[in-house]
Amino acid sequence: MIRQPPPKPDVMARRDSIVAGLRALLPESGVIAEPIRLKPYETDGLSAYRQPPLAVVLPETTEQVAAILRFCHENGVRIVPRGAGTSLSGGALPMQDAVVVGMMRMNQILDINFGDRTAVVQAGVTNIGITNAVAGAGFFYAPDPSSQLACMIGGNVNMNSGGAHCLKYGVTTNNLLGLKIVTIDGEVIDIGGDHLDAAGYDWLGLLTGSEGQLAVITEVTVRILRSPEGARAMLVGFRSNEIAGACVDAIISSGIIPVALEFMDRPAIHACEAFAHAGYPLDAEAMLIIEVEGCVEEQDRLLGQITEICNKFDPISLKVSQSAEESLAIWKGRKGAFGAVGRISPDYLCMDGTIPTSRLPDVLRRIQEMSDSYGLKVANIFHAGDGNLHPLIMFDANDPASFHAAETFGADILKLCVEVGGCLTGEHGVGVEKRDLMPVQFQAHELDQQRRIKSAFDPDWLLNPSKVFPLTEPEAAAQAA
Amino acid sequence: MTISTEDGIVAAVAEAVQSREPILVQGNGTKSGMMRPVQAARTISTAALSGITLYAPKELILSARAGTPLPEIEAALAEAGQYMIAEPPDLSALLGSTGKPQTLGGIIATNLSGPRRVAWGAMRDHVLGIRAVTGRAEVIRSGGRVLKNVTGLDLCKLLTGSHGTLGIITEITLKVLPAPEATGTLVLPGLDAVAAVAALSNALGSPYSVSGAAWLPAEAVATIPALAELRQSAALIRIEEFAPSVAYRIARLRDQFAVAGALTLDTETSRTVWRDVRDAQPLAARPEDAVWRVSVRPSAGPSVLAALRPHGVGGFLDWGGGLVWLAGPADTATHLAVEAAAQAVKGTWTLLRAPDALRGAVRVIPDEPAALARISRQVKAALDPANILNPGRLYAGA
Repeated sequence: MIRQPPPKPDVMARRDSIVAGLRALLPESGVIAEPIRLKPYETDGLSAYRQPPLAVVLPETTEQVAAILRFCHENGVRIVPRGAGTSLSGGALPMQDAVVVGMMRMNQILDINFGDRTAVVQAGVTNIGITNAVAGAGFFYAPDPSSQLACMIGGNVNMNSGGAHCLKYGVTTNNLLGLKIVTIDGEVIDIGGDHLDAAGYDWLGLLTGSEGQLAVITEVTVRILRSPEGARAMLVGFRSNEIAGACVDAIISSGIIPVALEFMDRPAIHACEAFAHAGYPLDAEAMLIIEVEGCVEEQDRLLGQITEICNKFDPISLKVSQSAEESLAIWKGRKGAFGAVGRISPDYLCMDGTIPTSRLPDVLRRIQEMSDSYGLKVANIFHAGDGNLHPLIMFDANDPASFHAAETFGADILKLCVEVGGCLTGEHGVGVEKRDLMPVQFQAHELDQQRRIKSAFDPDWLLNPSKVFPLTEPEAAAQAA
Repeated sequence: MTISTEDGIVAAVAEAVQSREPILVQGNGTKSGMMRPVQAARTISTAALSGITLYAPKELILSARAGTPLPEIEAALAEAGQYMIAEPPDLSALLGSTGKPQTLGGIIATNLSGPRRVAWGAMRDHVLGIRAVTGRAEVIRSGGRVLKNVTGLDLCKLLTGSHGTLGIITEITLKVLPAPEATGTLVLPGLDAVAAVAALSNALGSPYSVSGAAWLPAEAVATIPALAELRQSAALIRIEEFAPSVAYRIARLRDQFAVAGALTLDTETSRTVWRDVRDAQPLAARPEDAVWRVSVRPSAGPSVLAALRPHGVGGFLDWGGGLVWLAGPADTATHLAVEAAAQAVKGTWTLLRAPDALRGAVRVIPDEPAALARISRQVKAALDPANILNPGRLYAGA
């Protein structure tokens, strides 16, 4: 159980005047302080943790965000930025004495420029909303996290979100040109712009993935890409995780970089097939979804070459989609994987480590051993091309011992990821969930260096506190008291 | 001072911190002509910190020490049929450097990317992990050796392109990719800059994965041997793919544009031509000129060229029009004209080559807005509290 430091007594004592001060800055509907209406904001995608905030504000303009931050800064009030609340790492978990700045009303697409291949959008626009706005002209926004129907671009930037297609198109940080940010003292700063590679320090790169620690992001300039002529998927079942892993190596070694290369183990295959009826091979120990792009002839050629490679690995089944509909069905299982696991287990934790791809069979075997010893089932879904592992640990939230075991199991998996040369989080972020594991990956002086950079932006540590960085000694002492 | 271990660099920085003496940070010094000149009592070179430390082609990663000559890395990758995605330029000739080759650390510290940047990202986009010695004489790591990693603040991005002012980069891990089987180039002759950029935008906005889009005026075409017979301007559109896809996509683009006299370049010729574009070969001819790189939204590239022509500044366009390479008189008035042309379209500039006096007197890159400059100073102080790493390299007095 990850614990949060106690609220600041002076802030709690001034609660009413703080709310009144916020009401003076925003239209009436823009400030929420009634306990019953705070309830929807008490948690995010890491729903095991809940804490209603002091208040929620819903700004509609960058100027309002600046006014809120200036006010909170002057009053020593903590800020928790929030998009759609889909973070799986507790990145938007409130604190009792914090004001949640919800960006959902800043949902306007401000500019689309097809000639220069850019779009300027407010932070509260959903990920899919960008693609929907440009799809008519044949364009798309590349990063596609599983939560793309709901998650917002501001959250994507803060978490540097990835997705199933980032092996080819990169993650959020590779698809941005500019940001409008508000600093904790209410200054509005434009970072980058509509051109590539602004001179000077790469603030765009530092802010991306900073998990709300440095500033509040209100506008984003993204690169949009022209969609390929078409895309098609294939589905291959294997006799073991090892064989599937070796096949992934062989595909990459051939010089083909599929646009997506997804791996599922037996429990994940079964859960998804029961949910999506996509024709997944139920007798396989491991399965790959492989997708290629291009015109029909190009797809045929690449899928043919990949089929030839797969056939060297004694596949149990191999199905090349013959149509867009078949490809969609194949993806429906994968994209619905979390929901599918939700059907067979009341609760699950979704982990997110990355490992060197060569260590895949070894890591999956050790995860299975842990699963046996903790007595908790696990399903593995994996972006195979880039080594990003998503074990789903199934548990029962009504049983505290089960939850505790699931958390410990998850932490053990992440420690294993670091041990084999990987990292704690590939795309979900550290948030609250992995905060206390940071010393597994970083030495104390390295964390201190990151803390000093945070302090350069946020000297009083008001922005999204108690996340990313392990608590300082005074905070930990207060927590223990 | 040449030091062959990371520990040695830590010790040398600690010594400089103690004596409060500034350090000129460099590799082989091929880019010392860039940005502002540094006045320093000491020099720390990473040139002897050399060698590839890990190359796992199946994992698409390569790690090397900062002083590793770039040609050594390119050769190792080529042997396994892979390449550096951002196609880093070799500006040694342009910058008047002779002798030793540029190093990996140098290309990372300057974040210089070639024509492929327009489609597949900058050097900074492919830096997966970094080790560096800070101005506190501490070794820090950021990122790692895996392709996806969002653990902690992304100091890889902060250090890449920081020109040695925030830390001395000692080792880098890069994402690499299989090199395409074939390269083809569609050459559209005779278009002016505006028409050419419209064509390049169409090509980059097509479904054919264009990986290079440049426009050279006639005088620039004349400097590229493989194109010299053209004797007119050339818009260049590159496809890198499996051979049948190159043929198919070039044919589709050629039909789409229907420009009279359009040519197709084969793989070998394409590689030569794009190397010359990458290394700004058209600007190498006049060593007395100053050279700028201006980055703007692609549609604004032609207006930057047009605004500067009356000042005796010429150049060419890469990145679909978004990268404006410029050469012209090395004086303050001309530099200010370049600044104004870039600012007029909300772009950014880098004075890449100029005599020391000019580099020391003007803004080689734009100033940051005041609120950001304050944060910038705090971040610099967080990493280099004694302000000894390449002081003044980016900004006067900082």
